[in-house]
Amino acid sequence: MTPTMIRLEGVSKRFGAVRAVDEASLELGKGEFLALLGPSGCGKTTLLRLLAGFEAPDEGLVWIGDQIVAGGVWVPPERRHVGMVFQDYALFPHLTVSRNVGYGLPRGGRAARVREALGLVGLSALGDRYPDELSGGQQQRVALARALAPEPAVVLLDEPWSNIDPVLRSSMREELASILRATGVTVLLVTHEQEEAFSLADRVALMRDGAIVQAGTPEEIYYGPATRWAAEFVGAANVLPGRLADGLVETLVGRFPAPNGDAPGDVDVLVRPELLELAVDPAGDGEVVCREFRGHDVFYRVLLADGTTVCSQRPSNESIPLGARVTLRPHAGRVALFH
Amino acid sequence: MSPSSTKHRSERARRPPFLLAGAAVVAVALVCLPLAYLVVRVVEGGSDAWGVLGRARILDLVGNTVLLVVLVTGAALVLGVPLAWLVARTDVPGRRFWGVAAALPLVIPSYVAALALLAAFGPRGFLQQVLEGPFGVERVPEIYGLPGAVLALTISTYPYVYLLAVAAFRDLDPALEEASRSLGRSRAETFRRVTLPVLRPSLGAGALLVALYTLSDFGAVSLMRYSSLTRAIFVQYRSLFDRTPAAVLSLVLVILTAVVLLLEHRARGRVRYHRQSPGAARTPQRVRLGAWRWPALGFCAGVVGFALALPLAVIGYWLERAVSLGRDLDDAWWPALNSVLASGVTAGIAVLAALPVALLAVRYPSGWSRALERLSYSSNALPGIVIALSLVFFGANYAGFAYQTLGLLVFAYVVRFFPQAVAGSHSALLAVDPRLEEAARGLGKSPRRAFLSVTAPLVAPGLLAGAALVFLSTMKELPATLVLAPIGFETLATEVWTATTVAAYSRAALPALLLVLFSAPFVYLLTLRRGPEVDAPG
Repeated sequence: MTPTMIRLEGVSKRFGAVRAVDEASLELGKGEFLALLGPSGCGKTTLLRLLAGFEAPDEGLVWIGDQIVAGGVWVPPERRHVGMVFQDYALFPHLTVSRNVGYGLPRGGRAARVREALGLVGLSALGDRYPDELSGGQQQRVALARALAPEPAVVLLDEPWSNIDPVLRSSMREELASILRATGVTVLLVTHEQEEAFSLADRVALMRDGAIVQAGTPEEIYYGPATRWAAEFVGAANVLPGRLADGLVETLVGRFPAPNGDAPGDVDVLVRPELLELAVDPAGDGEVVCREFRGHDVFYRVLLADGTTVCSQRPSNESIPLGARVTLRPHAGRVALFH
Repeated sequence: MSPSSTKHRSERARRPPFLLAGAAVVAVALVCLPLAYLVVRVVEGGSDAWGVLGRARILDLVGNTVLLVVLVTGAALVLGVPLAWLVARTDVPGRRFWGVAAALPLVIPSYVAALALLAAFGPRGFLQQVLEGPFGVERVPEIYGLPGAVLALTISTYPYVYLLAVAAFRDLDPALEEASRSLGRSRAETFRRVTLPVLRPSLGAGALLVALYTLSDFGAVSLMRYSSLTRAIFVQYRSLFDRTPAAVLSLVLVILTAVVLLLEHRARGRVRYHRQSPGAARTPQRVRLGAWRWPALGFCAGVVGFALALPLAVIGYWLERAVSLGRDLDDAWWPALNSVLASGVTAGIAVLAALPVALLAVRYPSGWSRALERLSYSSNALPGIVIALSLVFFGANYAGFAYQTLGLLVFAYVVRFFPQAVAGSHSALLAVDPRLEEAARGLGKSPRRAFLSVTAPLVAPGLLAGAALVFLSTMKELPATLVLAPIGFETLATEVWTATTVAAYSRAALPALLLVLFSAPFVYLLTLRRGPEVDAPG
């Protein structure tokens, strides 16, 4: 077990009548990359700002390393050693790139450390430019270099790709993630994009209405969401009525192995669309009523005899025409149950 | 400022109608006449002129003027910036009230501020009268000279710094300060190393307005008997038959103004400071002042009390005295009527003359149409006294028929406030997408009918606002009025000035109050034009 780097214990923050953060608890190990995922307005940015020290919690404790920084005591942002990459980067417009990166460094050895940090993000040649002379991607890398230069224990990223052209986004994500991993720093990323959270993070914490709903690896969250809302937020979902008995759960699209330890009875079953195979069958009880071709896969909606509609996601090389009659063949995969 | 709404128009230069171009050229040429003639006059003066320059006194005058500008600009910054910070970024009690009240001294022209200071603290003033009875005090500390001039000008100019600084504080992306904090810098260090540098262009612009106002001010320095250039020019003009010295001094003042403009331009530097991505920045957290709330409140109350409440109270006191002394208040109505008349005519002519210049620059952008517009801004560097003197010389030598007429005075006003009219027309025209006019053309209207039926109704409110600004500026104009008004043509401004020079404060009170009341809509317009900045959430 790696030592804990960040710990939030029952942290709450109100703005007037709004509970932006509501008894949130969360832990990050040293060197871990955690994504805080949630819809806009769920309080994830406030949580980040509580960690950075830009807001003070009304209740609860915030630990960074082995030190309490909020709750009873108050450590101001400048003494938390937390690097922050802002949504708009917040580069100082009156300073050059080098002086931006060197801003948080002590005088001694500053020049060398600036060179090192700019080298890390691959911008060694642009030290004398001003922020308004850089592209959005370059600005972001300067912001990262500035946050990493003082060698913080933790880096906080606040929706860093929201201002980047969607075409460039995925390559920039990879680049940024590999820089961060190379430094071994603990990272907390705030995002509302499930794809971003899943592809980058070791663990994902789902947040809704100020509370942490679930934290776990991307796989755990995708296949074993704790609530129906979580299931639907992180991907397309069929939630079907089912009946649990003898370790198996029976639904109208087939039978699945149930997670251990659940009591028998009526349940709601999450079946991800990629777990439903379609076979063309003139006598089948389903009809393809909607078909979206997406390149690498095709998304179908199938109307069943009893009036339920389920969705299925299949590779695009096994194309089924609209209006075809089909039989559903469930994959033997793990499903999640909600009582 | 790049007129972005004209960018999508085809790049090939379209030829402006001859009449429009002609009108614009004539207007700008006329506006440039006073400066041109001043130069001619000084050059003609030849060795005489250089003789004036050689005298040691001119160095004193320049020194006095520079000292005044430096002190007033400094004082305006020292008052305006902390006020703006308190109102925009702290929890000082009553900050909404102070936010408005701190801008209101804009309604007080410098000579009314001087009147108020003299009527309060001068010999035979309010303070002396109060102290004389019980304590037998016959002399109060001298207000004339540099202290009085600095005080009066600071009262009427610090709101420029304040308004721009409030807007800048509200515009500042709070993430910049947070980034600095998270990089290990304390609040004080952050203010010094991030906030102030990022605010510098706005503060510079405010300081520039204050410096230009102070350089061109005649009313306060003359009433306070402070020997700056404007006062010296006036004294020379009044007392000497030879007018070359006044012309030389005027040119020196123009050069000084140009130097200030140049300095500000260089200091602004190359960096653009606007927020990088517009829109949804979070509103900054207000600094909790704690026990410092009370000193802060005292500061707000002190500044507003001295700059707004005191002048109004003093004017009110003398007005009450005037009434109780049975003074005939009807004396003020003729000057008021004259002021309204001259200002109305000026506003109409200025906007009509400015329209072709702005139209040319907005609709037919080319090197020379922009140059023409820039040239029309040159009288920003011309203090009123300089314009007036140049026109006196010109009238005496070439246009005797115009000398001592209302026409020449109005011409001086138009020249003085032409930049305001051009800027107003420019922004009014920019607000109308030329595609609307093209749509009208597409629906079968001729160019002229399209302009009249679509563009004209849409630009009219903007033009009216520009005209109102010129109107109110003209109402307050003093030096050109003193020099050029026909004999017997008194305005509110000259009434205040004349009465104050002879310490007849009860006579000055009503015209001063009327001027303040007339200026109130001016402040409203000024803040309205900056609306989105001043009223930004926060």
